[in-house]
Amino acid sequence: MGYTKRNDGRKFDETRPIEAKAGIIKRADGSAYFKMGKTVAYAAVYGPREIHPKFLQNPTKGKLRCYYNMMPFSSVGDRVRPGANRRAKEIAMVTEKALLPVVDLGKFPNSVIDVFIELPQTDAGTRCAGICAASIALADAGILMNDMVAAVSIGRVDDKLVVDLDYSEESYEGGTVADIPIAVISRTGEISLLQMDGNLSREDLKKAVEMAKKSCIKIDKIQRDALKNKYEVKK
Amino acid sequence: MGKLLVEDKTIVTPGEELAEGMDFLPAEGTFRDKDKIISSGLGLVNVNGRVIKTISVSGRYIPKSGDTIIAKVTNILMSGWILDIGSAYSAVLSVKEAKDFIRRDADLTRYYNIGDYIITDIIMVTSQRLVDASMKGPGMRKLIGGRIINVNCHKVPRIIGKKGSMVSMIKNATDCSIIVGQNGVIWINGSPENEIIVVKTIKKIEQEAHISGLTDRIKAFLEKETNKKINIERVE
Amino acid sequence: MSIEQKDHILGFLEKGIRFDGRKLDEYRPITVERGFSENAEGSARVTIGDTEVLAGVKMSIMEPYSDTPDEGTMMINAELLPLSNPDFEPGPPGIQSIEIARVVDRGIRESKAIDTKKLCLKKGEKVWSITVDICPINDDGNLFDASALAVLAALQDAKFPSYDGTVIDYKKKTKESLPLKKLPVSCTVIKIGNHFIVDPTNEEEKKVDSRLTVEVEENGTLCALQKGGDKPLTAEDIDKMVGIGIEKSKELKKFL
Repeated sequence: MGYTKRNDGRKFDETRPIEAKAGIIKRADGSAYFKMGKTVAYAAVYGPREIHPKFLQNPTKGKLRCYYNMMPFSSVGDRVRPGANRRAKEIAMVTEKALLPVVDLGKFPNSVIDVFIELPQTDAGTRCAGICAASIALADAGILMNDMVAAVSIGRVDDKLVVDLDYSEESYEGGTVADIPIAVISRTGEISLLQMDGNLSREDLKKAVEMAKKSCIKIDKIQRDALKNKYEVKK
Repeated sequence: MGKLLVEDKTIVTPGEELAEGMDFLPAEGTFRDKDKIISSGLGLVNVNGRVIKTISVSGRYIPKSGDTIIAKVTNILMSGWILDIGSAYSAVLSVKEAKDFIRRDADLTRYYNIGDYIITDIIMVTSQRLVDASMKGPGMRKLIGGRIINVNCHKVPRIIGKKGSMVSMIKNATDCSIIVGQNGVIWINGSPENEIIVVKTIKKIEQEAHISGLTDRIKAFLEKETNKKINIERVE
Repeated sequence: MSIEQKDHILGFLEKGIRFDGRKLDEYRPITVERGFSENAEGSARVTIGDTEVLAGVKMSIMEPYSDTPDEGTMMINAELLPLSNPDFEPGPPGIQSIEIARVVDRGIRESKAIDTKKLCLKKGEKVWSITVDICPINDDGNLFDASALAVLAALQDAKFPSYDGTVIDYKKKTKESLPLKKLPVSCTVIKIGNHFIVDPTNEEEKKVDSRLTVEVEENGTLCALQKGGDKPLTAEDIDKMVGIGIEKSKELKKFL
């Protein structure tokens, strides 16, 4: 039969509508709001700041610490029990690794940059939305970065590769599914996050990576526009 | 042989290509990647002849030797005081760098106690980000009373103005003492009503710093708030 | 804080103004937005000045407690997210978030704002269970009042999901609202020196001598009280603060 039309009518290479804003949490050093379809992520950056306990200090380079959390009322269905669970810890770690290549840790030894990602509403693609928000927030905080990172989930739904998998596609029952979150560093096109869940052929993976790179170019523009809108110099 | 890819005085984002060609020289806030000059953070592009740099518009204070700042005492050791300067790194004010001569067995809390705010100079920042402070310079002292506000440290130049003209205008209009630290910490002391006008004015400068005609707008704002006429000495 | 710094604030308060120019009994601008969430059964976003709090309602069906077989259950939970304040640490709820959750919970529970008997589906077997979670986005003081307002607005916004007797279909919301009988409003009054102020900013909260959170029903009946802060209050103080709380609750009520 095949997946001939997407559940929400999108084209196969189309992301959901995206909305991004920078600097929306006043107490944070940098912050962002990133909405992809129904998935909403807030990111707040605090730092560089002193790291506690002291034994974690590294005199040669700083530390980047990420936290990921879904608010209890964020999903359809059951309430999400608060507290760091294994999934959240893993996502926090891959988020950190996705952002690390663009941040120059050597510029802030003995200190830490904390990135907090919170999702008030989820509809799949949460770690990607989190990474997109975090990248904006880090730039908003004036952190020295040589580039920005965008991320999107490519999916294989039955026989089709699609961009920005939503929850209905993730849980598609008419055939096999693969969920491939990918993060792309803007200028170089290098991949800093790659995970896969499901079944996928080698050829499809190659195609998926190319689709992600293409989509991330569009997402990257939205991220940069969010920053420029906040700091725009009005003539 | 060189092409500018962005307009001068516009906001650029990390990794954005600013110029192409070997003619341009990358300065602060930029780096070279093959034949392109790239921005290394969020900032305002500044092109001066062939030199391209970006000026930070956000982010916490980064201590620089020579800066005069307002710091808060957070800890007292045998050898001096630990100061919160609003950055990731604390500063150390050693006993011998205090304003007055202090005897070896003196009780340091009687000079500067935990929670006190002081005006101090940054005299050294090592590569390991160890920061030394000193109060030997002119005007250094403990701040008594008054209130403290925090602003984006990148807006401090606009708040001070050319040769102090902006902050002087505010001081004269409101009869308040105002000390602006390079680290974005500002101390204000005056009557309650006037202090509130100072804070409103500074917040306005913070928000509108990048819009031209700032000095005249602030002058008009102050005149309205204080019901007084202001004479500005144009500083060239 | 040094004596001189304290004197400086008291100098302001004596003249009837605060650091941000407000009068002692003045709240910052308040906004209440209902239904920001498509996935929660009910939700609200409240801002008081720069303080922003989200609240979301989640409903499920479970067995009732053995001592109240014909009543549904309700629980309020708060997590002081480190996102909202550089001083909040990640990890399990600290005493501050537990206090906010329990105080807001008491106000709603003691005023019997929700008619829990109407939440009963089958006595002794099935009842609706309501959980409201409070998540601050930006903390610039007065999380108590912002949270309480957000919880009430979220409860007002909430609609039961469809239930066919066996399975809940969360994707289909009914038009049925929660049995909300009362709206207990929270007002936190702070004492600094000999002055009473409401709606403290983050900066003012650091100078608090003592505080009293007052939760009031429409007719002026108190349904919850919580004293906080290190210094004690006199009986006159308490009466004055309660009076301010009751007065202010009338203004806050307008947002619900």
